[in-house]
Amino acid sequence: METVTEITTRNFKSQEYFINMGPQHPATHGVLRLVLTIDGEIIKKVEPDLGYIHRSIEKMSERDSYQQIVHLTDRMDYLSSHINNEAVCLAVENALQLEIPDRVKVIRTIISELTRIASHTLWWGVMGMDVGALTTYFYGFRDREMINDIFEETCGARLTMNYNAPGGLMFDIHPNFVQRVKDFIAHFKTKLPEYDRLLTGNVIFQKRTKGVGILTKEDAISFGASGPVGRASGYSCDVRKHHPYSAYDRVQFNEILDTEGDTFARYRVRVQEMWESMSIIEQLIDNIPEGEYKVKTNAVIKLPKGEFYQKVETARGELGVYIISTGTKNPYRIKFRSPGFSNLSLLNHITVGGKIGDLVATMATLDLVIPDIDR
Amino acid sequence: MSYFSDIYNGIKTLLTGMSITGNYFLHSRKGAITQQYPDNRETLKMFDRFRGEVIMPHDENNEHRCTGCQSCEIACPNGSIEIIWDRQLDPETGKKKKMIDKHIYHLSMCTMCGLCIEACPTDAIVWAQNFENSVYDRSQLTKVLNRPGSKVKAGIED
Repeated sequence: METVTEITTRNFKSQEYFINMGPQHPATHGVLRLVLTIDGEIIKKVEPDLGYIHRSIEKMSERDSYQQIVHLTDRMDYLSSHINNEAVCLAVENALQLEIPDRVKVIRTIISELTRIASHTLWWGVMGMDVGALTTYFYGFRDREMINDIFEETCGARLTMNYNAPGGLMFDIHPNFVQRVKDFIAHFKTKLPEYDRLLTGNVIFQKRTKGVGILTKEDAISFGASGPVGRASGYSCDVRKHHPYSAYDRVQFNEILDTEGDTFARYRVRVQEMWESMSIIEQLIDNIPEGEYKVKTNAVIKLPKGEFYQKVETARGELGVYIISTGTKNPYRIKFRSPGFSNLSLLNHITVGGKIGDLVATMATLDLVIPDIDR
Repeated sequence: MSYFSDIYNGIKTLLTGMSITGNYFLHSRKGAITQQYPDNRETLKMFDRFRGEVIMPHDENNEHRCTGCQSCEIACPNGSIEIIWDRQLDPETGKKKKMIDKHIYHLSMCTMCGLCIEACPTDAIVWAQNFENSVYDRSQLTKVLNRPGSKVKAGIED
């Protein structure tokens, strides 16, 4: 027979328990399931449980020809689909040692940067929504809509564009493309300062994000963080700067670095990157070289025997494509090194000891896209 | 002291942000991008290159341009296109010629990648801009693109 005091001490004792966050939680932005071990509100452990949206893109790629693989990569990181396409195309072109026309390189770079801005505006809206500011969501989507219209007019689709093909582009840019991009840049230059006034300067937002989820430079390197997550910790990892591809070697831009490594630093890096992307587009849009939009390739592309690797900088970080070819028309094995997977792996490290609210804010700035992690 | 300055700064930055939303509220007519879909169906114009679904255009004599070369079927990554063909007697030359019986298109499997239309040597299939593809039964999404009784236009060779 227990006494009353024994029962009360047992019930109010500090104890750990499990709670599922996801797979249908609105803050996980997709079907990510986090198994949290919590003590009251304090997080003791975060275990991501993957596999809910696994489609075996790598295995399907072994079945497909090299032209057909490109459209599958749209479905990995759907917010930077053009950059994913570019990664596969560059890997195939490097393996075939094709000489790509300047026009293709410049158009690819412009659309890649537009994709980056579209991804970051969406992230900005959703980030605000995660920490409780719903208005940002509408403003972010309003500006992204203009980019989506540009994509729809030139590429034919708004999200899964599949505009690249090994050897160049599927078709030439639309006659309205240049004017629309210029209109967008002029429009966005007036809207981006509003983003800062609305959210960046807000004290409530700063209190939620400053000093939360701190990632040191050493940890960023050892966890393999890349993209804005790594750069906010002072780790210089921009592929566009260190291993230039397409037309990045002929434009001037700064690699945005921060030293704090907290949630607010990651936020600041992404907003600054939008300015840099606009500057890259402005340098290229006025002088798109004339020429062919595609190099003639064989109808059946056969890569030479060997191993090929190509990395690009998507909106989330470094995407690597690793192809092993045995000389046939299909790859023997294809492996994607996705930025989201590495960035998710450090979530446990930087959120332990914090509150659940901090976990939501931290996860928002990691900018996870779940199909990219699961593939 | 910092307690009160925090409250002051909090309210100040909140009002700064609300001045933006208030500005948009007062000038909501000017920058409205909302479209009244589906009420604007008559005026809604999709872009020319928009990928809605694959169609096969026919002319007034019920003739299409498909020779049955099966390039689209080979190019398709998902098996969305199936071509049933046969060798039939060509009335002009008197020789047997490959002709399509049915060009079957599974819209439910299509990922709109556009490789079939790139691959077609005779431009027999093109994109349509229709995007309202919801139906009550999945079998309605399997379409036969060539019309009944249609034949290939004279002079189209692959």
